[in-house]
Amino acid sequence: MHDNDENWSLVIKQRSSLFNLNLAEVWNYKDLILLLVRRDFVSFYKQTIFGPVWFFIQPFFTTFIYVFIFGTLASLSTDGLPQTLFYLTNIVAWNYFSECLNKTSTVFRDNANIFGKVYFPRLVMPLSIVISNLTRFGVQLILLALAMLYYAVFKDYTFHITWYILLFPLMVLLMAAFGLGAGMIISAMTTKYRDLSFLVSFGIQLLMYVTPVIYPLSAAHEKVKWVLSINPMTPILEGIRLGLLGKGDITIASLLYAVTVVVVVLFIGIITFNKVEKSFVDTV
Amino acid sequence: MSLAIKVENLSKVYNLGEIGTGTLSRDIERWWALVRGKEDPYLRIGETNDRASKGDSNVVYSLQDLSFEVKQGEAVGIIGRNGAGKSTLLKILSRVTSPTAGKISIKGRIASLLEVGTGFHPELSGKDNIFLNGAIMGMKKAEIKKKLDEIIAFSGVERYVDTPVKRYSSGMYVRLAFAVAAHLQSEILIVDEVLAVGDAEFQSKCLGKMKDVSSNEGRTVLFVSHNMAAMNSLCTSGMILEKGNLHYAGDIDKTINKYLEINRTHSNKDVIDRKDRVGNQKLKFANTWVENANGETVEHVVSGQSIKIVAEIINTTQENIHENITIAFALYDYMGYQITDLSNLHATSDIKLSVQNKITITCELPSLPLNEGVYRYNLFCRINNEVADGLEYAGYFNVNAGDFFGTGRISDKNQGQVLFKQNWNIACAE
Repeated sequence: MHDNDENWSLVIKQRSSLFNLNLAEVWNYKDLILLLVRRDFVSFYKQTIFGPVWFFIQPFFTTFIYVFIFGTLASLSTDGLPQTLFYLTNIVAWNYFSECLNKTSTVFRDNANIFGKVYFPRLVMPLSIVISNLTRFGVQLILLALAMLYYAVFKDYTFHITWYILLFPLMVLLMAAFGLGAGMIISAMTTKYRDLSFLVSFGIQLLMYVTPVIYPLSAAHEKVKWVLSINPMTPILEGIRLGLLGKGDITIASLLYAVTVVVVVLFIGIITFNKVEKSFVDTV
Repeated sequence: MSLAIKVENLSKVYNLGEIGTGTLSRDIERWWALVRGKEDPYLRIGETNDRASKGDSNVVYSLQDLSFEVKQGEAVGIIGRNGAGKSTLLKILSRVTSPTAGKISIKGRIASLLEVGTGFHPELSGKDNIFLNGAIMGMKKAEIKKKLDEIIAFSGVERYVDTPVKRYSSGMYVRLAFAVAAHLQSEILIVDEVLAVGDAEFQSKCLGKMKDVSSNEGRTVLFVSHNMAAMNSLCTSGMILEKGNLHYAGDIDKTINKYLEINRTHSNKDVIDRKDRVGNQKLKFANTWVENANGETVEHVVSGQSIKIVAEIINTTQENIHENITIAFALYDYMGYQITDLSNLHATSDIKLSVQNKITITCELPSLPLNEGVYRYNLFCRINNEVADGLEYAGYFNVNAGDFFGTGRISDKNQGQVLFKQNWNIACAE
């Protein structure tokens, strides 16, 4: 045989380098990502009467309850914003983050069947999760827009739309990246230590209380303020509120901090995920 | 012809026992070894046998130092008993898991059908699932679109393509899934036992398609199955894996025969010692063999020549047995289908036999009406219709092609295994 090595289109070896991310290969599978997103979206409301309306119902009722419990009963501050808008914005944003984190963190377990049968870059799955949650997030933003319109028209509430609105896409991107990164770290670890999966949903719930979701940063208790300040989700949520509703505590420093943390987490996430995907079939 | 796949010294190690308990401490140990620059204490490649037998590690080699080559356009059947490493090999080839050591070089795109219908979503329609499944297998949307009509036509479920697949019958489901997989754009196709499903019509369609893929389109096919007939008709060459090693590689016919030979766990000699028998054991088979026309004990006989199947029976009781005794040689082909039952019950006029302590019984087939292949027979003995002894896989013999018809021409063994004497009369119309 006179084959020279350059002829081979693929060489399977023991384990490639940790940093061999093969992002080009992921790009080759972009059609799969889109089809998976479509699958998630369509299958969500299949065989329901209300169909996509269900995307609205959950944040709508949660807002209703928050307004009643935290707004009326506990009378927490909402930074001077209308309570409905304040909670709705937070809930929609937080839901997006927690869904990304939650779904990504179980990606190996949920897809063990497919992963055990067919090869494709595993990164495709978490990416599709983040994107398909983005579509849901987009739909829920419509609800928020309707609510804002209602306030503008019927309650004569004036929104101060400023250049800060440009913060919004950046914040969404940060949320997605943070959820993806943290989720991938957890998912990589849960393949070995199942214990972690019990912690995730519980942990997300706890995290919510140290993120300005039911109260603004400005109203945070002095004793817990430091926790909020090291939580990268704090500037993200504040930034979203600043962008959309015109009120939020965010500084250049806190923004840079959030960006740094997110980038680091995402990087570690991709690397651990990449490391685990090669052998997880044997351990799950 | 150039190579499509080259496997060099491939090994795959699995941990035995329960994974998941104590892994944290083990990981810390591993990490500590790594920090000190020592080798991984739980994974020693090339661990020698005596070291392994000390039992200080519970790792097992699913594949060990496996090397082979596959040429382009070849259809290779991979045979082996359960646990021989077939599936591990396919999994590594399809990159579902990675090898522990060694290297595989591949030319071209690989598509694997380890299990059809992977990633099908029950709520989505057939058409949506074609796209999704195709994309999971690595096709581009545009490629699938181009082949959509062909895929739907092949699957034969046109009427249901817009129905969610959860409403499909399991057969339809598999049809659709196989149709997608069969139309993958790939140079190498890996197939694992998919033909066990679907009805007969679809199975033959699949086989035809696979044959088409390998011989007409020049794509390389790796096929794992326990169905020797499918293997025989589809593959050009074969490989036998045993305990993670390559045991044999060669022509598909030779490979299958070799495999069947290996599988003769019981040789003809120790029939008497076998424990897996039925009946009251008043009479017991002691030995069995096959003789050719010259009366020599042989393993190979020739079509059209006389053969004798012989069995020795001993009387285990103290007294003389004088009853109706029937003895049967149940003849099977290599796929396990029974060809006939050779029995003195049908072929002789009197079955009243007397057994003092030992008899030798012979069944002669004057002109062996079997085509080339491997055959086996089971032994059965009844006293007054009550089972005295019964043994499966009691004996084997190979039939070599021979001049059964006396014309010097030999019937194709793929056209059936039984030969009939035949008289032809052709009358011409005025």
